[in-house]
Parts: sequence; C-alpha cells; structure tokens
Amino acid sequence: MEIVAENLTFTYSPKTKGLSFRALNGVNLTVKSGEIFGIIGKTGSGKSTFVQHINGLIKVQKDSGALKVGEYDLTDKKCDYKSLRAKVGMMFQYPEHQLFAETVAEDVAFALKNFNKDLSAEELAGRVRQAVEIVGLDYNEIKDKSPFDLSGGQKRRVAIAGVIVAKPEILVLDEPAAGLDPKGKREFLELLLKLHKDFVKTIIIVSHDMNLVAEYCARAAVFAGGKIIATGTPKEIFSDGKVLAESGLDLPLTASLTEKLKSKGVDIDSDLTVKDFTEKLIYALKNGGRQDERRFFRQLFPRRLFRA
Amino acid sequence: MKDVSFGSYFPADSFVHKMDARAKILIAIAYMVAVFLVSAFHFLGFAACLSFVILTTAVSRVPFFRVLKSVRTIIFFVVFSAILQLFFNSKGTVVFWVITDVGLLNAAFIIARIMLIVLGASLLTLTTSPVELADGIEGLLYPLKWIKFPVHEFALIMSIALRFIPTLIDETDRIIKAQKARGADFESGNIFKRAKALIPVLIPLLISSFRRADELADAMDSRCYAGSKNRTKYKKMRLSFRDLMGVLAVAGLIVGIVFLNKFYAINTLAQIAGAL
Repeated sequence: MEIVAENLTFTYSPKTKGLSFRALNGVNLTVKSGEIFGIIGKTGSGKSTFVQHINGLIKVQKDSGALKVGEYDLTDKKCDYKSLRAKVGMMFQYPEHQLFAETVAEDVAFALKNFNKDLSAEELAGRVRQAVEIVGLDYNEIKDKSPFDLSGGQKRRVAIAGVIVAKPEILVLDEPAAGLDPKGKREFLELLLKLHKDFVKTIIIVSHDMNLVAEYCARAAVFAGGKIIATGTPKEIFSDGKVLAESGLDLPLTASLTEKLKSKGVDIDSDLTVKDFTEKLIYALKNGGRQDERRFFRQLFPRRLFRA
Repeated sequence: MKDVSFGSYFPADSFVHKMDARAKILIAIAYMVAVFLVSAFHFLGFAACLSFVILTTAVSRVPFFRVLKSVRTIIFFVVFSAILQLFFNSKGTVVFWVITDVGLLNAAFIIARIMLIVLGASLLTLTTSPVELADGIEGLLYPLKWIKFPVHEFALIMSIALRFIPTLIDETDRIIKAQKARGADFESGNIFKRAKALIPVLIPLLISSFRRADELADAMDSRCYAGSKNRTKYKKMRLSFRDLMGVLAVAGLIVGIVFLNKFYAINTLAQIAGAL
C-alpha cells in the first residue's frame, strides 16, 4: 500500500481564536510500498500529527488537501477506518503502557478480535502464537502470564505482537527504541528488520534518534514547522547543511565523523550505516593518505578497535 | 477531551486575581448563601446576584464568554430540573396543557438559581489558580489542627489531585488512540457495550496512575519533604484592602436580599395571581 499525501494541512482547535494552532502546513509526501521510511524533526514539527493521519486517528479536515493510503481515500467521509486500521498498525511511544488484559495471550488477541469478529478459537490461538513467536518470545511459557509481571523489554515485545497480530501491511512506529537500554534497543531494532523481511511490508519510523534513522531507514523526510523541508536517503539529508540548519537536527555519529575526516582532507563516501562506514574507513586507512594522516587515524581509531 | 472548561484557570492581572484566596473562597460561599436566600418567585433578588456576578467578571478581566462557557457543562442538568418543575406541578392555574403558571415560575426559578451558583463557582476557579485554591482551603481549615486534623496533608492531597488532572487527560487521550489503532470501538453499541469497551483504557490508566504516584513519592522523599512541621511558604497569604472591599460587597448583597425578602416578598399564590 502506497501512502500519498498532497498539500495536507491540519489545524488544532480551528474555531477557537488564540488557541488554534496549525500543525501541518501543506505536506506533500509519497511513501512507497516496501520501504523502511524515517520521519524526523524536532518536537512540535508536525511529524506526530502527520503519522496519526495515516490510520485515521486524526481525520483529514475539510479543504485541507488529500491523503490516500492504498485504495483508501481518507478525505472521503465514508472511509472505512476500521478496516484501514487493520492494515495500518501503529505503535506509540512506550507501547507497554497500553497493555491491559489478564494474560499475554488475551492482550495480543485484542486487535485480532476487534478486526476479525468471526475468527474461530483455533485460528485465533494460531495467529496469536505466530505473532508472539515472531517477536522472539516463547508462546507456551508466556501465554498465561500477566503482562504486568514481565520485564520492560518483554512488555514491549508483547505490545508489538499485539499490533502485528492483525497482519498490517504498514507499520508505524513512534520512537520505537525510547526507554530501552542499549542491548534491548539493538535487539528490538534487529527484530524490526526481521519483521520487515518476512512480515510487514512497509515500516515508518518516527524518531529523534538520528543514528537509528541513518542505520535502518532507506529514505527519510525532515519535518520543520509543519512542512517537509527535505526528502531523500540519509546520506542526502545529512550532507545538506541548509536542511540541517533549518531543522535544527543533530548529525548521526557516522556523518559527524565523515565531516571531521573531511576537514582533515580525507573523503569517505559511505551510505552512513555503521557497517558501510567502517568498511570504507578501513579501506582508506589501508590505501590512502600520507604518513601523518595515518598517524591521525591511529589516534582516532586505535588498532584494537578493528581487531573484532 | 481537551475542552474541560469548568474549573479551568484564566490567568490575568486583575483586582480579583490579586485577592487573597481565603477571602475569595469565603466570599464565594457567602454569595451562594445569598443566592439561596432569595425567596421563592422573587426575581429582584436574582437580578441583584446577577449584577454582582457581572460586576465581578468585569473587574476580573475574564472574558464574559469564558464565564458563560462553564454553564454549558451543566446545561443538561438545568434543563432536566426545569422540565420536572414544568410537568409535575399541580398548583396554580393551567396555562397550557398540564403546565401551570406556578410551574412556569418554578422552572424559571430553578434555572436562575442553578445558573447563578455555577457562574459564581466558576468565577472563583477562573480567577484562582489551583495552587492558590489549595493554599486558601488549607488556610481556612487551619483551626481544625486543634482537633488533630491533618490540614496540611489534606491540602497537599488536594493540590496533587488538581495538578494531575491535565496529565491524566493527556494520558487518557494517548491510551484511547493506542487502543483505537488496535481496532477498539468506543462510538457504537449500546451503553453496556460502550462501558465494556472502556476497560482497555481504564486499566492502563489506573496502572499508570499508581506508577506516577510511586514516582512522585520517591521524588518528594529525595527532596526531604516531611509534611507540615516547620514548613514555610514561598508566597505568604495576606489580607488587603481588596479583600475588605470584596467582603463588603458580598455583605451588601446579602443584606439587600434579606431586605428585599422582608419588604417586597411575594410568597403566597394569591399575590402571584395578583402580580400576573
């Protein structure tokens, strides 16, 4: 399912003078099916308002542009939001806060029961088992436990199982790694890659974490002041000084290193993922540069760093 | 969810805003007593109360529509009690179908009374921030310390409750959205179905409230908070000429109403018939 927004505009409390606030101001964006797409921008730049439009949690206002998600036209009053929400899963910040049921199995089944009313008990249990196992939990061990007795990382996994159990085609994640420790974060992001490979076609990640966007997103859009000021690969976005200044975003680690090395006269042309960057860097270290430059690299990256 | 206007504070720099919260609470209570003192069918007293409200609003610089908005939340209750008065009153002469003249007057009386009380109460909360309000109540309850009532703790509980209302509204909004995204349906079905649909919202809300309470307790502990003993205030409440003027105004209102009741009272049915 492709997402196409044309000149999308949204105003909070449009009728109250003084309180009304224009959160989106003519957003044009196309997200193709099958992408991992990043949405970045400062707090209050309109990114959250935009993603909530995608599954109809915020409805498109009158005369405020157009939004299509697959065959669903969200400007149409008769749009079937329920079946749309089955196809567009959404996970908010701290999704573990939405857990409510007595057992994990029941909580995961919640969305499925809402979307497919006539599913048999066996089918239901089968789908729940599949979802729980995909997120890397042991179904038999965990299904009768209370979701509130689990650890933080497990809770988050259960919460995401509760979203993907409906087999959405698009998955929208708002700050998916917030509040996890480094190990939990890495594991959770690897899980997302796995999901993208065999379960969900399109993944949209809203994040403040530029490292995450550079590492995992093929393309991204930068929001500022309710508009999109740039769309492109992380490499294009993070090498555009004007965009960075206007949006007030930080650089991912790889991009800031690239910049520092460039100021010392060494060009490293990577796609800004850690793997690609290190490979290109090692190549440059082996082949290029004068002697003093090599010494400089050794200071930056001692030999032991590359042994692993 | 966002437009809860009853009881919201309207910040401004005015005569009424600067008044002592304790005095304002007492004046509001006195004003309500005044509204209740207006005897049956005597609308001149209501006119006096209304002009008191209008005067206070004008002095407080709160826009009139903001004060009127507070009535919107209880309009159903007002209409309901007015209808009861209209249809279940057998006294007086019939004007139309089962509606009597006394019924009509009673309905108007009830509407006026409830509206005036709500207007007065919302004027208090519009001009007094929750923190000031809690401080004021603490000040007023201070004599209860004498019978070992934990006044300070009581006020603290109250101000914490008030402080967390907007936070909880935000949280509710978030959870409703999260469950809607999982296909929860809050808008269709009969009342029992809808009540049941709220469970996935209420349970996470309850749990997060407990979590917040724990965190708040820890935060207070880590700042060595230890209740009322030897505790001083950042803002000391002090009575001023403003409070005296407010008290005089409300006292004037009460005296006026008692006076009107005594000398211009129309209390019997015969008198109403004559007046009509």
